[in-house]
Amino acid sequence: MRYGKLRAGATALAAAGLGAAFFGSALAAELAPQQVVYDEGKVSESLSGVPGDVEAGRKVMITRGQGNCIACHEVTALKEVPFHGEVGPTLDGAGERWSEAELRGIVANSKMTFEDSMMPSFYKVSGYIRPGNAFTGKAAKTAELPPLLTAQQIEDVVAYLLTLKE
Amino acid sequence: MRSISLRILASVTALAVMGSLSAMAEELPELVINEDIEMVTRTKAPAHLENLDEIRSGWTFRTKETQAFQMDDFDNPGMIFVDQALDTWETVDGAAGKSCASCHEGPESMAGMRASMPKWNDDAGAVWTMEMYINDCRENRMQADAWGWKSQPMLNMNALISLQSRGMPVDVKIDGPAQSTWEKGKEMYYTRYGQLELSCANCHEQNYDNYIRADHLSQGQINGFPVYRLKQANLITSHNRFRGCIRDTRAETFSEGSPEFIALELYVSSRGNGLSVEAPSVRN
Repeated sequence: MRYGKLRAGATALAAAGLGAAFFGSALAAELAPQQVVYDEGKVSESLSGVPGDVEAGRKVMITRGQGNCIACHEVTALKEVPFHGEVGPTLDGAGERWSEAELRGIVANSKMTFEDSMMPSFYKVSGYIRPGNAFTGKAAKTAELPPLLTAQQIEDVVAYLLTLKE
Repeated sequence: MRSISLRILASVTALAVMGSLSAMAEELPELVINEDIEMVTRTKAPAHLENLDEIRSGWTFRTKETQAFQMDDFDNPGMIFVDQALDTWETVDGAAGKSCASCHEGPESMAGMRASMPKWNDDAGAVWTMEMYINDCRENRMQADAWGWKSQPMLNMNALISLQSRGMPVDVKIDGPAQSTWEKGKEMYYTRYGQLELSCANCHEQNYDNYIRADHLSQGQINGFPVYRLKQANLITSHNRFRGCIRDTRAETFSEGSPEFIALELYVSSRGNGLSVEAPSVRN
């Protein structure tokens, strides 16, 4: 519901052109997945327009059904949560190795940074082979899928990752 | 003998590379069933497999507890279903008044069949799986109703027939008329399905032996199928696993018995050429 409203808002903004910039700040303009601009993988503009929340990002990192980042990545700072995966690199020190824009780009669509990455694209809605309706095994009901994470969840994860210093 | 010295050589090389002289070469567990049947659970990859040097049975990735279930037939829960199929084997069904035994005598006459499955059937002009051969017998020779692909009698009979090949090396033919089906299966293996955009290869070729959360990724070999899966407390087929894996990529999956899964079964079976048939194996 909220997503639909924001989308409608975004369309109205586009129609009104530059004059709508005032409105934009009032709505805390959210970028739809199709609007995100990747510059060599980097995304400099906030997806939600609202600063990320570190604690909320931590929760997305460890929760199955959300980011579940630790399914593939080891994070020493989250070691009290069991079963970290080994598929991706450790995220220790990620906040030093990468800038905010780089991290945002990798979380939103890692394939823009690492061409053959196995990492799912968390802010993408189309271009899939046999897209399904979540984990039901049945066909997707709509041409575009809801992204795996919301704009704000991605901002929250980025905020959390920036805290990971060695 | 030669392979043993090669293995020792490989271990020594690995140690030297790691520069860790104190590390002891890990002793690999070996699968011997009923203290009698020696199984090949690790061997050189078949020539067609470009990206792996060694192929490993799923048994080598499981915990000691799960491994133990398969080492003695009295502990193997899959054998209960094999016993049920033995009764069915002798039971007359259908208008022709025949049982399996009427034509085939004992189930041991089926030795070798699982090792070559699935395979090209000249009369049908297609690659056939075990289920298709079983139903061909039922419908055409016994004049009985076909069994559902996922029905219990089908799973049980598949396990009984497969057991007759236990210990024989998987030897699936991939050339000749089967080749185009094999190619189709190979293409599927490397296709990144669903919203998570994952291929079979992402997990089972590029990341076997790694963990995804609490799951220890195997090579996805199917030499042990039908498998007794502890999680499901039943026998399951490779197609059941394929369906679950593709579903878990958030994709529209394929169904058991579909042409796509028959092709994928042929391709994945061929990746295990050289491993022992283990059916009914036990997995978690």
